[in-house]
Amino acid sequence: MSIVANATTRVLRSRFAATLATPHGVDRYLELVNPMWAANEVRARIVDITREVDVPGHPPVATITLQPTSTWRGHRAGQHVQLGVEVDGARRTTRVFTVSSPDSKGGDRFTITMRANPDGVVSRFLVERAQVGTMVHLSQAQGEFVLPDHVPDHIIFITGGSGITPAMSMLRSLQRRTHRGRVTFLHYAQSPEHQIFAAELEEIRRSGYGIDVHLVYPEQGGRNFSALELERIVPGYRDIDTWLCGPAGLVDAVRPAFEGSDKLHVEYFKPPAVSNGNAEGDVSFTRSGATAVNSGATLLEQAEAAGLTPQFGCRMGICFSCTATKKEGTVRNVLTGETSSLPDEDIRICVSSPEGDCSVDL
Amino acid sequence: MTSVIQPSIERPPVKTKTDQVLSDKYTLTAEQLDAFGDEMDAIRQRVVADLGEVDANYIRKVVKYQRAFEVAGRVMFYLPPLWPAAVASLSVSKILDNMEIGHNVMHGQYDWMGDPALNSRMFDWDTMAPAENWKYGHNYMHHTYTNIVGKDRDVGYGILRMDEEQEWRPYYLGNPVYAFLLMMFFEWGVMLHDLETEEVLAGRRHLWKGENAPIMRRIRKKVGKQVLKDYVVFPLLTGPFFLSTLAGNAVANLVRNIWTFNIIFCGHFPAGVATFSIEETENESRGGWYYRQLLGSANITGSKLMHVMSGNLSHQIEHHLFPDIPARRYPELSVEVQEICQRYGLQYNTGPLHKQLGSVAAKIFRLALPDRKAKGDSPAGVTETPLAA
Repeated sequence: MSIVANATTRVLRSRFAATLATPHGVDRYLELVNPMWAANEVRARIVDITREVDVPGHPPVATITLQPTSTWRGHRAGQHVQLGVEVDGARRTTRVFTVSSPDSKGGDRFTITMRANPDGVVSRFLVERAQVGTMVHLSQAQGEFVLPDHVPDHIIFITGGSGITPAMSMLRSLQRRTHRGRVTFLHYAQSPEHQIFAAELEEIRRSGYGIDVHLVYPEQGGRNFSALELERIVPGYRDIDTWLCGPAGLVDAVRPAFEGSDKLHVEYFKPPAVSNGNAEGDVSFTRSGATAVNSGATLLEQAEAAGLTPQFGCRMGICFSCTATKKEGTVRNVLTGETSSLPDEDIRICVSSPEGDCSVDL
Repeated sequence: MTSVIQPSIERPPVKTKTDQVLSDKYTLTAEQLDAFGDEMDAIRQRVVADLGEVDANYIRKVVKYQRAFEVAGRVMFYLPPLWPAAVASLSVSKILDNMEIGHNVMHGQYDWMGDPALNSRMFDWDTMAPAENWKYGHNYMHHTYTNIVGKDRDVGYGILRMDEEQEWRPYYLGNPVYAFLLMMFFEWGVMLHDLETEEVLAGRRHLWKGENAPIMRRIRKKVGKQVLKDYVVFPLLTGPFFLSTLAGNAVANLVRNIWTFNIIFCGHFPAGVATFSIEETENESRGGWYYRQLLGSANITGSKLMHVMSGNLSHQIEHHLFPDIPARRYPELSVEVQEICQRYGLQYNTGPLHKQLGSVAAKIFRLALPDRKAKGDSPAGVTETPLAA
């Protein structure tokens, strides 16, 4: 950042600027002039969209390059970012995506790579409909699934499907840092056609430089990453720092192999819970830690029955006093019958009843 | 207010069936009331399902205009000959901010957009009253208990006598004076309203302790920022024009006060608007609630510009029936609501601004004096005025 840009940012973030812009905040004015101007919020413009995998009949995978506003503080390889898009120009929907490019500094471009999940509003929008120039809303980079400052001499990555992205970001960072140790890179994908970053991985595999790449495809008889298989590929793997990321099935399969070892670092994304259309399951109130068997009543009533005293007003869905964030699960609006399964969604708990497991930030 | 009936009415149920005994204020039978409620629910459901890009673009456009008027107004204070234009521009900005944007956004009308800048939980407006305080008194108390005398604190705001059911006391001789002062200092009045000052004066509530502690804390913070911005920093920034900018900002706030007061007083106080007693609305159904919203509100006819500048509160009836539906939908909804009213033989109170204002003014003066003919005994708890000072 130039000195001028630095000074401008300092002024825009000052208390003085906030005093002038009260009660709306400086960003509410800047964004109207240029969406790439921001004092506190982070936004980005899509500058490139590349299809990584496009197998007919299967959800495509794309890498999206983002030019963030100068407010982006950079990321460490392995971290993720919350990304919000205005689907159909109106409803902003936010999901978490892992950064696939190597470590970035403030204001640097970075990439995210995602599969267009058939039920995913945001991933489908990004892969199938977004265009160069589209603006997205971002959080700062988050997450503890990162490499330590001092990287051990030998590390293992075990990934499955699109769980390859954080490992890829780490691998690319290691290459840039000219890491001299050994890296064992194990990846499990449906078939070679489904392989994300195939060309780059092939390049890495051929060039050697201490990186062993093992791509396993069950369709070609590739074996699961059992303790036995891991021991065969990397003798003594239990004493080597390992980063594991992938779908729940892979994580559940690999975890027992590291039983009793403290070398395993895990990250996996849970798909949003889908409605089972009835009043079974458990309701959990994440802030208070209370849980209850779902009685089918509204979340407000269930919270009160659990001994909580959430804020409420009209109790008929008009005043929004009781609005709370549903972390996950499906709720039905008792007035309209409409159901909704989005994670981290604002709901009026007085007219929302859970269907199946549900957790609310109360 | 009797404490005995409070628990039941504190919690209006999402009740679709009318099973209460209806007073003679209800011209519909219980079955008709439920059918009427169902029709309203159907309208709501249809419009909510239809919300989308057009509504989002509309509110974004209004925000853009508001911010442009605001910046233009602030800048024009540097050019003294443009002072009137600067004041006009800033006044328009504040009116748009408070009415079409602030009031409606804080009702949750645009929460479905998922935009934090237009979210009812995060938005604050360019006026003294902190959003958090106002939302409780307005969205909850006023919109739930609309026109229930003794329950809805917006009936006279604890200062004025705006309904015959409020017992006359010599204090009310000053009704027109209080109304005039409230108009001039409206943003301060709205801010004080949340402290329930009438309860404070009656000795039932401490001004800054107990329930009022968090309310007072928010007020101190917000008022500090508002005063600093309008009366210190922006005037100082114009250097030699300090005083003219200060005066200009004050006038812009005043213009907004007068305009919003007048629009808001036309919402529930014109002649013919019904009020209800706590007993009448006990155990109320959804249909009953819609009915009370309809008969307890009045519209103002006018141009499209008038509707925008009033935040579409010129469609107070539709706003009270559907408080969380984007206000730009009210004009189209009013056609349907009027048709339904006609079918059920229900009054739909509307008229041009001057007529509604004249009617409100007449009421303010008339109710300053004791009622001419003696009323029959009303049930206990109904006629008690909110202001006991």
